[in-house]
Amino acid sequence: MHPKRKQKLILVGLMVAAVAIAAGFILTAFNSNIQLFFSPSEVVAGEVPEGAEFKVGGLVAANSVKRIGDGLTVEFELTDNGETIPVQYTGILPDLFREGQGTVSVGKLDENGVFIAKKVLAKHDENYMPPEVADALEKAKTNKAQPYGADTVQMQ
Amino acid sequence: MFRWFHKLASTRNFYRLSEILSPWLSVLCALLLGAGIFLGLFVAPTDYEQGESYRIIFVHVPAAWLSMFVYMVMAFCSLLVLVWKMKLADIVAEVSAPIGASFTFLALATGSLWGKPMWGTWWEWDARLTSELILLFIYIGYMALRASIDNPSSRSRAAAILALVGVVNIPIIHFSVDWWNTLHQPASIMKFDKPSIHPSMLQPLLLCALGFTVFYWVLMLIKSRTLILERESKSSWVQERITENRL
Repeated sequence: MHPKRKQKLILVGLMVAAVAIAAGFILTAFNSNIQLFFSPSEVVAGEVPEGAEFKVGGLVAANSVKRIGDGLTVEFELTDNGETIPVQYTGILPDLFREGQGTVSVGKLDENGVFIAKKVLAKHDENYMPPEVADALEKAKTNKAQPYGADTVQMQ
Repeated sequence: MFRWFHKLASTRNFYRLSEILSPWLSVLCALLLGAGIFLGLFVAPTDYEQGESYRIIFVHVPAAWLSMFVYMVMAFCSLLVLVWKMKLADIVAEVSAPIGASFTFLALATGSLWGKPMWGTWWEWDARLTSELILLFIYIGYMALRASIDNPSSRSRAAAILALVGVVNIPIIHFSVDWWNTLHQPASIMKFDKPSIHPSMLQPLLLCALGFTVFYWVLMLIKSRTLILERESKSSWVQERITENRL
């Protein structure tokens, strides 16, 4: 290669590397701000902002969803399979909301440690399949066989 | 290989190649997209959780992939411009920018339409959504930068540097769902594991993705031709074609 071109190529390479390193530093520094939500474990450990609004994400615990009084208020438990926190929400839930499903709730902790959500978002996982396949998997699961894609279902 | 590359790099040969290829590619694109959309919207089964709404992936996912792919083409062309001063690469990069921006916008818009019923929100400032929005801004900035510089050689150099700086955003978009916790789901297909999408849905999706890619090639080839004529309007071969009335 022509020495002048080689020099230019190296310069371009260095520029891209420098920008990548800078971006890496910035993203690492802002890491906690880029995270969309706190986990229930972090809430229990008191790592969340006090008295301020924040987001908490986790799975809706099995058999925990209860509708109370007016029919619009829902109580459920949010878990990351380690810690569990109670959540209360008044409003319309998204289509995908159900037990075992990942959700992200926005709101505040009250004095009793209940998370009062003003917004509940459903998180979807990366699995797409027809209902018959889902049914077959459900059966396979109860038969303790390895279900399709079950190893990839996870909440962060 | 190198000689072939040199031949293609001449705008005249590229013009000829584009004339030959674009009709065939247009037909291929129509077939792929027709088959993909038909299979996706009418044949593929409904999803076990999302019902019919999931069908937006047949547009959303190809648009999102192409938004990044077109950017990578632009970045590669920018490298050719900066190091080898290749005229044709500058033309390809220039015509690709609005196409890429459109794909980015389409990915954001369809995602937002899907997000409202599924997540319960039109928009959330999560890492995937935000980095894709930044990609749209980079595309717009790139086009604005080109429009604002009159001198052709400094215009192509400045644009190339911007495109190469922006390339860091591409891995950030792709890995955002792994590096941070986000509302957006992790990758279903582009990962080192078997796809977590059923084959009956994956097939039309891949057809659509291929169709979108060919669509990009067609648009790029046709738009490049216009730009080549504009830039080389004084060259003898263009004048020759004008007098012979075959443009």
